[in-house]
Amino acid sequence: MAKDIHPTPMLDDLENGPWPSFISGIKRLRDKHPEKRINEVANSLLGQLEHSYETRKGYWKGGTVSVYGYGGGIIPRFSEVGDAFPESREFHTLRVQPPAGNFYTTDMLRQLGDSWEKHGSGLVTFHGQTGNIMFIGASTTATQHFFDEINEYGWDLGGAGPCVRTAMSCVGGARCEMSNCNEQGTHRHLVNNFTDDVHRPALPYKFKFKVSGCPNDCQNAIERSDFAVIGTWRDDMKVNQKEFKNYIQKKGRQYIIDNVITRCPTQAISLDDNDNFVVDNHNCVRCMHCLNVMPKALHPGDDKGVTILIGGKRTLKIGDLMGTVVVPFKKLETEEDYESLVEMAEEIIDFWAENGLEHERCGEMIERIGLVNFLEGIGVDVDPNMVKHPRQSSYVRMDGWDEEAEKWFARKREEKQAASA
Amino acid sequence: MAQEMRSPIESGCPDAFQYMHPVMRRNYGQWAYHEDPQPGVLVHVANSGEKIWTVRAGTQRILDLYTLRKLCDIGDEYGDGFIHFTIRSNIEYQVADEAKVQPLIDKLLKEGFIVGGTRNSVTMISHTQGWLHCDIPGTDASGVVKSMMDELIHEFTSWEMPNRVHMTTSCCQINCGGQGDIAINVQHTKPPKINHDLVSNVCERPSVVARCPVAAIRPALVNGKPSLEVDEKKCICCGACYPPCPPMQINDAEHSKLAIWVGGNHSNARGVPTFQKLVASGIPNNPPRWPEATAVVKKILKAYKENAKDWERMNDWIERIGWPRFFEVTGLPFTKYHIDNWRGARNSLNASTHIRF
Repeated sequence: MAKDIHPTPMLDDLENGPWPSFISGIKRLRDKHPEKRINEVANSLLGQLEHSYETRKGYWKGGTVSVYGYGGGIIPRFSEVGDAFPESREFHTLRVQPPAGNFYTTDMLRQLGDSWEKHGSGLVTFHGQTGNIMFIGASTTATQHFFDEINEYGWDLGGAGPCVRTAMSCVGGARCEMSNCNEQGTHRHLVNNFTDDVHRPALPYKFKFKVSGCPNDCQNAIERSDFAVIGTWRDDMKVNQKEFKNYIQKKGRQYIIDNVITRCPTQAISLDDNDNFVVDNHNCVRCMHCLNVMPKALHPGDDKGVTILIGGKRTLKIGDLMGTVVVPFKKLETEEDYESLVEMAEEIIDFWAENGLEHERCGEMIERIGLVNFLEGIGVDVDPNMVKHPRQSSYVRMDGWDEEAEKWFARKREEKQAASA
Repeated sequence: MAQEMRSPIESGCPDAFQYMHPVMRRNYGQWAYHEDPQPGVLVHVANSGEKIWTVRAGTQRILDLYTLRKLCDIGDEYGDGFIHFTIRSNIEYQVADEAKVQPLIDKLLKEGFIVGGTRNSVTMISHTQGWLHCDIPGTDASGVVKSMMDELIHEFTSWEMPNRVHMTTSCCQINCGGQGDIAINVQHTKPPKINHDLVSNVCERPSVVARCPVAAIRPALVNGKPSLEVDEKKCICCGACYPPCPPMQINDAEHSKLAIWVGGNHSNARGVPTFQKLVASGIPNNPPRWPEATAVVKKILKAYKENAKDWERMNDWIERIGWPRFFEVTGLPFTKYHIDNWRGARNSLNASTHIRF
């Protein structure tokens, strides 16, 4: 145990109450761990945190720390009050990429924990907001040792800084009936194509991939990623009328009308006189509501694929942006499908790296140059699914109209030929 | 020296299939449906007829090794040794045998973890690093979350909300916590205090100037030293200049407040995804328990619980009843600050006679 324990009257209050307390956890490291180094780091950390609670200020500053061969992946933290709390003076976080979809065995968690015990503070989070395992609290020299050790058994750093960041994918096909693609496979195909861009920050700003297997978007991909892949389907949703009738039986007809039928955003569903669930699949926008309410009766169709939206991000600098549809539908089944997905990501990152300003997210660049310039830059044709509605303002030069219209008709002819071939 | 260093193996993101429960691996992409036997428990049924039970529990997110090992022990003794974490840092155990479910729940509860967070509950608040580790935080997300979850335990462990409630916290206006049905975020109210002695040594001045969303920062000579100055009339107190230039101190013990935003929703279910909207601000940043913020959150949750229809998320509910009614039922004041003036703000104004009386 550390000899001089910093008093923590404010933090102590956070040990009360029913929710598990992170303060009690840090105190266990301070008071119970056999290793003096870990006791002292925890004591020092608690001292600084208490000081923050008292003064309502943070006392960490950034810096430059990385491991040999990489430029990023570590969040450096040096204390501004290190003289008072010297043992946690250097308290860096290692961002480590989790397995796609965040699956672990207890054996693997223990192994990671053992390595972290040797080199770090003993504090870890599953996961940070970008999706990394956060090993919180290592000295500058320990970051290299810890990384070397876990890198040997299959773990690699994630992104930090202006680079391709750690990606995220939902539980997906592993345990969800709404899955429309191989979420973990898609996640790894994408991000692992860019390991160099993950480890060596050289882009205008961060670039994130997130994969959700259905439009419920449990990974918050549309708003929180530059490249959002959302599973969907093109053919008819599957209806099990027997199970649907069971829901009516159980919940009552009025409940189904009020909570399912009338909640459809495009009025694409109805209840017929024989208590059948009738779907106008052409006008269904795959919002998922009716499937969510009745998962036993309704399922995605068989012709599965993904929609890709580009440019989501949070507040800095121009305000929040949702991603924009750039690919309304894409199959993801064959090796070629995955290859073309990755090629498209390369195309987008290259174009943005070339044209984005410093600290400008991809979505902000699109906002600045316009979607059409972006599409032309990456070689994607316009599609009415990309807009909520066509242009409202007449103040635009349109002397290329005839050629553009001909492009549309030519494309439609090609599609028709391809479909009949 | 360099030759002695070990070159990294750039393995990237690990394959997840090696860590999946065998039932999940066998039935990958072949699930028929799921049911919710009780709060915190899911059972998924595959087309093959195989079933997998999931038990979800809330944890403190900042895990110490003792807690991590305890969670592993529970997984080994009462589960099948497989663990999944949700995006909101809830831990999930998967078991193939229904008989294991209740003993697993009992053990988790006995060890102080909270089972719940599924379906129409208030699930774990997703949060950021705060004073514990961030270099720019205005508050301590872990403490805010611990304080709020202590008071929202019942909502975590029951199914009494109209639909799921996703809450988030953020320690600055960059808002790493993201969109939520309810978001509790730091809101600065005064321009940065500049330490002119340090600016030229610490900051790349053109980058700081470029970072400002409203072009309120310009290079200046102050006391004969190259520094930066802020047009305080233009400054929106967002703190964007602070990360690239720590001498532009934005955090203030008194004037960094908490604001509450509602109606952020990532899902496409029913309506399209929505951004959260400001409903309350000026809430004191009051450690260690932040009672004022929790009081506002509880007020909003109460109004939502009492008034929303089944399946309505916060944004669905407010869209149906209208914003005037939201302020009425929550008792929160509507001020000039609620009217947006950022780019695109005109789209948020009511240009119709659709008014509820």
